[in-house]
Amino acid sequence: MEMVKVENLAFEYIRRDEEGNVESINRAIDGVNLDVKKGDFIAVLGANGSGKSTLAKHINAILYPTEGTVWVNGLNTSEEQNIWEIRRSAGMVFQNPDNQIVATVVEEDVGFGPENLGVPTDEIWQRVEKSLEAVNMLEHRDKSPNKLSGGQKQRVAIAGIMAMKPECIVLDEPTAMLDPDGRNDVISTIHKLNQQDNITVILITHHMSEVINADKVFVMNKGQVVLQGSPREIFSEVDKLKSYRLDVPQVTELAYELRKAGLDIPKGILYVEELVEALGKIKR
Amino acid sequence: MIRDITIGQYYPADSILHRLDPRLKLNGTLIFIISIFLFNTFYGYIAVTIFLASIIKMSKVPFKFIARGLKAIIVILLFTMTFNLLLTPGDVLLQVGFLKITRQGLHSALFMGIRLTYLILGSSLMTFTTTPNQLTDGLERLLWPLRRIKVPVHEIAMMMSIALRFIPILLEETDKIMKAQMARGADFESGGIIKRAKGLVPLLVPLFVSAFRRANDLAMAMEARCYRGGEGRTKMKPLRYEGRDGLAYIVLLAYLAVVIVISIFEDRLPVIL
Repeated sequence: MEMVKVENLAFEYIRRDEEGNVESINRAIDGVNLDVKKGDFIAVLGANGSGKSTLAKHINAILYPTEGTVWVNGLNTSEEQNIWEIRRSAGMVFQNPDNQIVATVVEEDVGFGPENLGVPTDEIWQRVEKSLEAVNMLEHRDKSPNKLSGGQKQRVAIAGIMAMKPECIVLDEPTAMLDPDGRNDVISTIHKLNQQDNITVILITHHMSEVINADKVFVMNKGQVVLQGSPREIFSEVDKLKSYRLDVPQVTELAYELRKAGLDIPKGILYVEELVEALGKIKR
Repeated sequence: MIRDITIGQYYPADSILHRLDPRLKLNGTLIFIISIFLFNTFYGYIAVTIFLASIIKMSKVPFKFIARGLKAIIVILLFTMTFNLLLTPGDVLLQVGFLKITRQGLHSALFMGIRLTYLILGSSLMTFTTTPNQLTDGLERLLWPLRRIKVPVHEIAMMMSIALRFIPILLEETDKIMKAQMARGADFESGGIIKRAKGLVPLLVPLFVSAFRRANDLAMAMEARCYRGGEGRTKMKPLRYEGRDGLAYIVLLAYLAVVIVISIFEDRLPVIL
């Protein structure tokens, strides 16, 4: 069964003036179809304003479709009685680590979700411990979130979602405000959760290097899905990606330029080693 | 400068006072505050001083640290004392021009001074020994009955704890904006009060904008984590009274009894001032 199924989704931000007349309509998402299988690691790429964050908010039932339907775990997000179950099963991590931590102590923040779900006290403690361990933050459990680095805060936010025992995590540009170290920590943490706990991951990002290990990549532009496939397939389309204002990883770009210059190098190179190997094969 | 004010801060230490239930500490502070205002002679202060000194000792919070909290109210303190000293009618002790110091004035000035000082010492001792979270939890539980008359108790407690979480973040942000504005020639330090107040506008506007944005983000993040108010919520750290809390309540009531007895019989004792 599909974890997330999006069918002909469209969403409009409507701007009204003071009298309530419609001033302008911005169609942020325009006819998106998307299937995510359980246990998949999905990446959604797109430049600013491509509609990728709007899409993410639909999966967590924070926004409701203007047209079309979104199913999460078989539940329709447009039906009000499903909201809480959807928000539990598809947790969401946001961009700014400071603005999503509620409590003044790490462990209490992780316990916030289970508290809202009405989980008994003893079980909250077990879940908090397990979730903090899963993101490797157990030693910081008594600290104030203000004393943590950006990457650590983001891992606490992920633990806060994990404590609600979700089947799926949606991450909306979780690394945009982090330094490279914090970025690596967060990305490797979500890969670990994907592999060990079989959590479906939907990673929204504009950092190309983060999508290389994804199972499937969707590229969005102007509210539509314009490319989809494996990372290798996506990165073969350097020209197209550039026209969507996206950068490709350095190696891929170098390989692409060399290929364009006439060297015999395969399309869609993702790793440095690959390029080295391909270059080695070329006979002088 | 803001960092010098110690009122409302938490001082981490391992003491009996730190381990007590926050509800007890809130009630205790209330009882203490009432007790300072119960009597009119200095005999009562003997009991109050002994009580305050012993709980300060028990709290393991350095007295210097607690006393720093008084800095914040020193202006109010001096004002009240001066006005009481100079404006109370009665038996004149000293007269300079139109200013008179009376015996009653001296009495009430000293009383006010001591009362205010003890008030601050006592209540800041509560915040020093209680984490902000425990404090809001305690308040929530104590005010719980008010829900009957439609007071949004849970919401108030949640607002308080969120405010506490964001104070350091907003302070840091203020600092950042200030530096950014100074780098572009803003002047926060020179000029009179009006000029300085005007200078704060370019600081406050971005600060407010960012605070609202943060509030919006946080509300979304809380909803995404299934927050829907206090109904059906469980607690990770529920408040439970322990044996030591019962003991502390007995001590508190005994203290209150002593103070009440003093206030009844103080008239029969020789007058000090």
